[in-house]
Amino acid sequence: MIEPCVSSAEPRFQLDYPINESDFLAAGESASKTKKALQQLGLKPEVVKNSAIIVYEAAMNIVIHATSGRLKVIIVRDEVVIRAEDTGPGIPDIELAMQEGYSTAPHEIREMGFGAGMGLANMKHCSDELIVESEPGVGTILEARIHLGQKESPREIR
Amino acid sequence: MTVKELLGTLDLEPLTEDTNLEGQIEAGYVSDLLSDVIANAPENSVWITVQRHINILGVAKLKNIAAIVTPRSLAVELAVIEKAKAEGIALLRSDRSAFEVAGRLYGVLMKEAR
Ligand SMILES: Nc1ncnc2c1ncn2[C@@H]1O[C@H](COP(=O)(O)OP(=O)(O)OP(=O)(O)O)[C@@H](O)[C@H]1O
Ligand SMILES: [Mg+2]
Repeated sequence: MIEPCVSSAEPRFQLDYPINESDFLAAGESASKTKKALQQLGLKPEVVKNSAIIVYEAAMNIVIHATSGRLKVIIVRDEVVIRAEDTGPGIPDIELAMQEGYSTAPHEIREMGFGAGMGLANMKHCSDELIVESEPGVGTILEARIHLGQKESPREIR
Repeated sequence: MTVKELLGTLDLEPLTEDTNLEGQIEAGYVSDLLSDVIANAPENSVWITVQRHINILGVAKLKNIAAIVTPRSLAVELAVIEKAKAEGIALLRSDRSAFEVAGRLYGVLMKEAR
């Protein structure tokens, strides 16, 4: 399993959301709250947008595919780190799951518009670095990192 | 153009009444797959979809989508309409198909761009 990214440095900013199976509303709100909070910190629109998309996709994956989990959004040094941990069935073949179009979403979930098999691909596209580790039958840890870029350490932590 | 202008031009029913009528529209997107909308819808879009689950509002917020159009006079739950009002997203409805709404929208936006 991946070492927690925060072990080496104290996070200056942190959001923490519990995410539970079938709670679409809370998962959606975790993304809009993240967007708002990062906007208020004065991060670049691109960074805010990418972070919110990753949070949304990661939260929905927990809601749809896992049992329960937590989602953290942290700013450490010059990065936004989004870490999603869940208890659930895990992903037996991560490479396959990363492929656009691959989905195991059941019929009733697809009817709601999920299950394009694009979530992980979207997260990869929106991050500078994406690590997924999973143990079948136990759960999944996903960590995405987005560089803040030059000249834009957030206002409050400069 | 604004959501209000769109209402008149495309003959849409504003389910959320006067919510976000001043919202700006620059583009459009048609898809019923949420992750596809997240990946590909332009900012300040009108989104045409048959999805009417509460999750469409989260996606709309994420993407700064000003208005969602429900085609074919499909029913939208009151809870979703109320949530859209609270979130400031216009829910509009048409008696036409998604194809027809998109065709008209495309025509209007292209004309405006010229
Ligand atoms: N947290 C998770 N726990 C267990 N399986 C997962 C998890 N996240 C993803 N998966 C598996 O990986 C597949 C691909 O995930 P991805 O997010 O790319 O697509 P999707 O969720 O099926 O559809 P979409 O995200 O487009 O709505 C899922 O169908 C599921 O099999
Ligand atoms: Mg997904």
